Amino acid sequence: MAMNYNAKDEVDGGPPGAPGGTTKTRRPDNTAFKQQRLPAWQPFLTAGTVLPTFFIIGLIFIPIGIGIFVTSNNIREIEIDYTGIEPSSPCNKCLSPVSTPCICTINFTLEKSFEGNVFMYYGLSNFYQNHRRYVKSRDDSQLNGDRSALLNPSKECEPYRRNEDKPIAPCGAIANSMFNDTLELFLVANESDPTLTLIPLKRKGIAWWTDKNVKFRNPPGTESLKERFKDTTNPVNWLKPVYELDPEDEDNNGFINEDFIVWMRTAALPTFRKLYRLIERKNDLHPTLPAGRYYLNITYNYPVHSFDGRKRMILSTVSWMGGKNPFLGIAYITIGSISFLLGVVLLVINHKYRNSNNTADITI
Amino acid sequence: PPRRKQPRRAGWRARGRTRTVRSNLLPPPSAEDSVAGATKGERLQRLGCVQHVADNRLKTTKYTLLSFLPKNLFEQFHRLANVYFVFIALLNFVPAVNAFQPGLALAPVLFILAVTAFKDLWEDYSRYRSDHEINHLGCLVFSREEKKYVNRFWKEIHVGDFVRLRCNEIIPADILLLSSSDPDGLCHIETANLDGETNLKRRQVVRGFSELVSEFNPLTFTSVIECEKPNNDLTRFRGCIIHDNGKKAGLYKENLLLRGCTIRNTEAVVGIVIYAGHETKALLNNSGPRYKRSQLERQMNCDVLWCVLLLVCMSLFSAVGHGLWMQRYQDKKALFDVPESDGSSLSPVTAAVYSFLTMIIVLQVLIPISLYVSIEIVKVCQVYFINQDIELYDEETDSQLQCRALNITEDLGQIQYIFSDKTGTLTENKMVFRRCTVSGIEYSHDANAQRLARYQEADSEEEEVPRGGSSQRGSIGSHQSIRILHRSQSTKSYWRTGSRKTLGSLLDPTHHVYPFSPQEKDITPDPKLLEKVNECDKYLAISRHQEHPLAQLSPELSDVFDFFIALTICNTVVVTSPDQPRQKASHGVPPRAHDALALLRSPSVVSLPEGEHGSLPFRELLSGLRKMQQGASHRERLGQPTPAIASNGYSSPADSWEPEYPQEPQPKQELRFEAESPDEAALVYAAKAYNCALVDRLHDQVSVELPHLGRLTFELLHTLGFDSIRKRMSVVIRHPLTDEINVYTKGADSVVMDLLLPYDARGQHQNKIRSKTQNYLNLYAMEGLRTLCIAKRVLSKEEYACWLQSHLEAESSVDNREELLFQSAIRLETNLHLLGATGIEDRLQDGVPETITKLRQAGLQIWVLTGDKQETAINIAYACKLLDHDEEVITLNAESQEACAALLDQCLHHVQSRGSYTPEKTESCVNVGFSSLYLASATSTVSGPSPSLVIDGRSLAYALDKNLEDKFLFLAKQCRSVLCCRSTPLQKSMVVKLVRSKLKAMTLAIGDGANDVSMIQVADVGVGISGQEGMQAVMASDFAVPRFRYLERLLIVHGHWCYSRLANMVLYFFYKNTMFVGLLFWFQFYCGFSASAMIDQWYLIFFNLLFSSLPQLVTGVLDKNVPAHVLLLKPQLYKSGQNREEYRPRAFWLNMVDAAFQSLICFFIPYLAYYDSDVDMFTWGTPITAIALFTFLLHLGIETKTWTWLNWTACVFSIFLFFTVALIYNASCATCYPPSNPYWTMQALLGDPVFYLICLIAPITALLPRWVLEFVSDFSTHTAAILLPKDQQGAQHSGHKCTIERGHRAGGPGGSGPRVLQTRRGCFGSMS
Repeated sequence: MAMNYNAKDEVDGGPPGAPGGTTKTRRPDNTAFKQQRLPAWQPFLTAGTVLPTFFIIGLIFIPIGIGIFVTSNNIREIEIDYTGIEPSSPCNKCLSPVSTPCICTINFTLEKSFEGNVFMYYGLSNFYQNHRRYVKSRDDSQLNGDRSALLNPSKECEPYRRNEDKPIAPCGAIANSMFNDTLELFLVANESDPTLTLIPLKRKGIAWWTDKNVKFRNPPGTESLKERFKDTTNPVNWLKPVYELDPEDEDNNGFINEDFIVWMRTAALPTFRKLYRLIERKNDLHPTLPAGRYYLNITYNYPVHSFDGRKRMILSTVSWMGGKNPFLGIAYITIGSISFLLGVVLLVINHKYRNSNNTADITI
Repeated sequence: PPRRKQPRRAGWRARGRTRTVRSNLLPPPSAEDSVAGATKGERLQRLGCVQHVADNRLKTTKYTLLSFLPKNLFEQFHRLANVYFVFIALLNFVPAVNAFQPGLALAPVLFILAVTAFKDLWEDYSRYRSDHEINHLGCLVFSREEKKYVNRFWKEIHVGDFVRLRCNEIIPADILLLSSSDPDGLCHIETANLDGETNLKRRQVVRGFSELVSEFNPLTFTSVIECEKPNNDLTRFRGCIIHDNGKKAGLYKENLLLRGCTIRNTEAVVGIVIYAGHETKALLNNSGPRYKRSQLERQMNCDVLWCVLLLVCMSLFSAVGHGLWMQRYQDKKALFDVPESDGSSLSPVTAAVYSFLTMIIVLQVLIPISLYVSIEIVKVCQVYFINQDIELYDEETDSQLQCRALNITEDLGQIQYIFSDKTGTLTENKMVFRRCTVSGIEYSHDANAQRLARYQEADSEEEEVPRGGSSQRGSIGSHQSIRILHRSQSTKSYWRTGSRKTLGSLLDPTHHVYPFSPQEKDITPDPKLLEKVNECDKYLAISRHQEHPLAQLSPELSDVFDFFIALTICNTVVVTSPDQPRQKASHGVPPRAHDALALLRSPSVVSLPEGEHGSLPFRELLSGLRKMQQGASHRERLGQPTPAIASNGYSSPADSWEPEYPQEPQPKQELRFEAESPDEAALVYAAKAYNCALVDRLHDQVSVELPHLGRLTFELLHTLGFDSIRKRMSVVIRHPLTDEINVYTKGADSVVMDLLLPYDARGQHQNKIRSKTQNYLNLYAMEGLRTLCIAKRVLSKEEYACWLQSHLEAESSVDNREELLFQSAIRLETNLHLLGATGIEDRLQDGVPETITKLRQAGLQIWVLTGDKQETAINIAYACKLLDHDEEVITLNAESQEACAALLDQCLHHVQSRGSYTPEKTESCVNVGFSSLYLASATSTVSGPSPSLVIDGRSLAYALDKNLEDKFLFLAKQCRSVLCCRSTPLQKSMVVKLVRSKLKAMTLAIGDGANDVSMIQVADVGVGISGQEGMQAVMASDFAVPRFRYLERLLIVHGHWCYSRLANMVLYFFYKNTMFVGLLFWFQFYCGFSASAMIDQWYLIFFNLLFSSLPQLVTGVLDKNVPAHVLLLKPQLYKSGQNREEYRPRAFWLNMVDAAFQSLICFFIPYLAYYDSDVDMFTWGTPITAIALFTFLLHLGIETKTWTWLNWTACVFSIFLFFTVALIYNASCATCYPPSNPYWTMQALLGDPVFYLICLIAPITALLPRWVLEFVSDFSTHTAAILLPKDQQGAQHSGHKCTIERGHRAGGPGGSGPRVLQTRRGCFGSMS
């Protein structure tokens, strides 16, 4: 190629350096960028810059940690394992499958009253909702109310795609394995009075707004839900069809049933909880859940014992940072302390070092 | 008769590899003829075979519009990495194992392929444009229809066409010269485009056509040309032309005009195209750009393999885990277990296999797909910055550094050995006449030396730019040297036995036109010598008409006179006057040797002169007369001198000719001498200073102007050109005063001294002169001057006739012509009479000693490989501080293999023993078999840290032998510097190759001439000195610098930067990918090893490509771990690159461990923070991605030493891009991206305080250890920092805080290797 270029040069401009030629030189531009002289900050790792940073991290992290820790500690939370592994547990009887719905009651005591809104969760352990094949086993189009997908679900739903030549709605393993225990909470008025007060549990408002309103939609149409789902069948594990999930509220049925939506948001880790119900604060005068004895009435359907799973019911209040989580506070305090300590140690070393040399001015 | 010659044909014809070319103007031969046209007889009847119709179209493009896609893809898939990534992407299409949306998985690999394809397309397009431009150049081609020359494009030229070229036109194809406007049938071409030589080469019209009196008419051309098949040998062309009448004439390379050359000094030529287009020698020689793989890249590829292994291990681990997991849960009716589509459950083994494949897809990020592209981008930017460095720009030659190889910038930072040429590399290659000795008397030219010193001062003070065309500085390189190379290869065994003189290049073929700067032109003559010259001149002016004018002179004066005549005419210098174009001589038949022979045979043939220069009727008449006489009485004149003719007609007194010929160029007027080598010109200028001026050179005569004698015209009978095997050149002339036939020889002293008359032949005087001259020669060599001996031989007519006969035979021989010519020259150049010797200074380039000192400090071993003689080389070495006066010099000169072996052992023993006892003056190194002269320099002086080794070419040949090379290398390794003198180009490259392969060292070769090309090509990094464009060394080089001194900055600053930047970037790449993959791997423990990914597929795929790529590119291009001035101040810092401190296996593994740790932190902080919460997979995975991004940027922040606004912008942009893309992506479609459905995830996260909290704590926690360890290791170097010399600290401006820090970091804090310290200004900006 060089020969070609040379030939071209020769044709274009004649031999270089010809007298009277252009004064254009090949001198590079003397700009800061081209000469790599851009003004630069050099945050090199010296005592002067590193030590203050350690202290600053320490000073910032420790208060944050304390704040989080206190906040987290102020959250009231109670967790009731109702799997029934222990023979003493009232739910133990439900481990062996019985054809009729098994109902068991667990009583527990709240030492302190729960103020504000109380969230009722069910928690599952050793349940791998994040399994790759499990996560894939759904059809978002169907859940979004797409008619064609409703009748012809995605292949990803296999083997929960069709049942007896009818498309399953909602299809897939996630929907098929939906949590179907029913939990009821009763307050025992007092020790002497065995009247039970049913705590009102709100079924709506537990799912993300966008899920309920954007992502999940029932098949379009004005007729009844049953009519709209008429060519489909319910998942094999389900007892009820999708349009009868909430017996109380017609608007909470079909794909937009919030329990269903919550379940479909697959958990990240094998130990997880999912929001089950809301217990709304009634007024400022009375605590939402006063201290006292409660009965948890469980319609035990969901089999977790076979795969060593656990089921829990959790009641929790929330703070600005969500549920109870002591870890973050401790982590902040720990890291802050470590950082601060490192700062001190390094400062001591640095100080010693500086004293042993008279040229301290070199390094600040 | 041609038939008889047939059996003796050379191989090129015997093997049938011939091509037949005939005129296109003839009616096309019929089909049957073409079949039958095998026999010669038919061919001679011009009905031969089908004309070869290759056209002259140039096509260097690789692709066409249609073929681009398939061809380019095919080429790209030759790269294993691409195949791998495509394989992964295709794996995604298998439903059982897919991890991502198949289309999405293809995106990165398509992107990479597209980027590469675009680059290729762009390159190809520029090639196409350049081709197009060249193809559409015009030239005159003879048209059969129009019966005249018409303008055609280059691409339309076919083999067999007749092309007419005018002066300064570029030759479009390889053309056989058939006619020239030059009456001698000559044509000058400039081959600068081909080999960078700007001197004019002479080409000659094919014999038989030159005699044509009328203008050449293509229509009458019926001959057939038989020649070699196209080949790439620029220096050879063989063939013959067969005329209608059956006569044959040989064709040689002198008849061929090569494509790409330029017609000069010739009004017009006509030729027939022999090779066109891609068959031309120029294009066959045009090999594509070299691809070198850098050391760092090799190391990196090894680490990529480690990554592959790691990937496979992780996947295997995961697969086994998944199998076990499946086994555990399978029969437990786990709700989350998804059976096969037919309802049957997956067997654990199948599941494990699926999991393995999916893991490979998911973890593919570990093999950095963008690494290669990123490295290429960074290298291109580095090259750009090196090119743009104003401190590598040479004002004088208006050239900056050129990077010709784009992919080995970082090798510049790891060089361990520098192999340098001497002439033109360390020195200016501007020859200045310094002193001479004539007839045993030395003329020291003190005034000249003083003048030179003044020039030097002036130079350094004001950096004066020499005027006009000074850019055309020295270059070495020519066809000749190529031929030398070939010959030396073919005769390797021959010269190894020592029977042939080692090749060398005192007068190395430095064929070039030299415009000279004033210091070369103005020479202050030595008064004594000037007086003697004047005396001669005056005397001869008086006695010129006597029978033997020279006989009356004293031998000394006679020698002085001959000496200057020899200086003036024994060369190939062409005289031009600056304001006039070169005049063309116009004489009749040139007395070429063969013509002369013809004349000898048939005295009746006389050509009358055809004059064109009407202004000189008298002269022409005379020359015509002379010709006639010459022709008629050639033989006779050989016997009897005819003084009347020999006086050349200028019988008028010397002082009266001027008014008669006012148009003649005057001696005082400035003449320009165009010489092939600077030495020649220096000598001509020197002679001119002694009023012995070369005023005119024609092909058959040389005119010398003397003040009293006036113009003397020497009839030039022969010129035996310089070649580096003979290392001398000779002219055979007829002396106008004595009419004797004289041979003047000029050459390397070692050669010429051996060719002198035997000692006892000429009596005492000559012997004395000889020994004196030898002494002075040694003295000159000690001073570092280039020495040349001038000798003379007077031939008797018989001797001449005898020699001429054999010479003409040699010249006309077809087969081994060169060998015969060589033998013939040897016969002539013998029994010489020594006249004197000259010393020419080749000045050191500016800054060479300083540069060498700096490079030394940087830990570089510098070897000088030169063709020069030992003394000259040693002196230059002393001058440029390569050798030190108080260090030991081991000189190795051996006459035989055995002696060399013994010497090597001795030296090794000595070197090894030195270490034990205190250095003292030792005479350890004896020069076996070297002449007494060198004993003095062989003594070793007080030893410094390590000795230096000087070895000559012959010993080098022995030492490079298989048996001895290890010993030699071992010795050389101990030495501070090595000086190889008298080495051939081949030896140079052998030395480089040896060091490179045996010592596994990074080598750099720097040179400026064709003799350095092989060395430059062999070395890891080849550097050419680019005084001028298009030079051979530059063409072969990877980097071209204008001067040697720029090497310092190139290596110490840019090399260091490039290496450290790239090393850090590569390490960072591995770290980044490992850390990212680590996150996914830890997750497998919590998802049943099911190859699930909590990071959304989009982030997974584009993370490397989009979100985290820019900052590291900016850092890779711009980061300066040490500022330039500190690097220059402390060249020791360069050693970190040599020792590969920044990127060594330990650094790699340390990075991997750090990456594992960081990924653990970045995984488990979000894990614990979200443990047992209602978080879903992607709401949990997205913060992890964000944390990873922040960690990467923070990590890069620790790695980045200099933060410019570009770094800030890149980081901010990366974060901004991530969040923007995430927000848009998470809002765009509720159902589109199965299996992940991240709708509104990011938006929700932005409202979650925990997200911010973990984004704050995780990166800082992850980087805390690295940070602390960096600081601690940094801290530990402070002690050493205190030991820095005060003055260097003082060099920092007082206003700046001065901090000390470790020069390298990737080696890791735990490293105990050598630490390098560096000072640095601790403040914002203001770096200079």
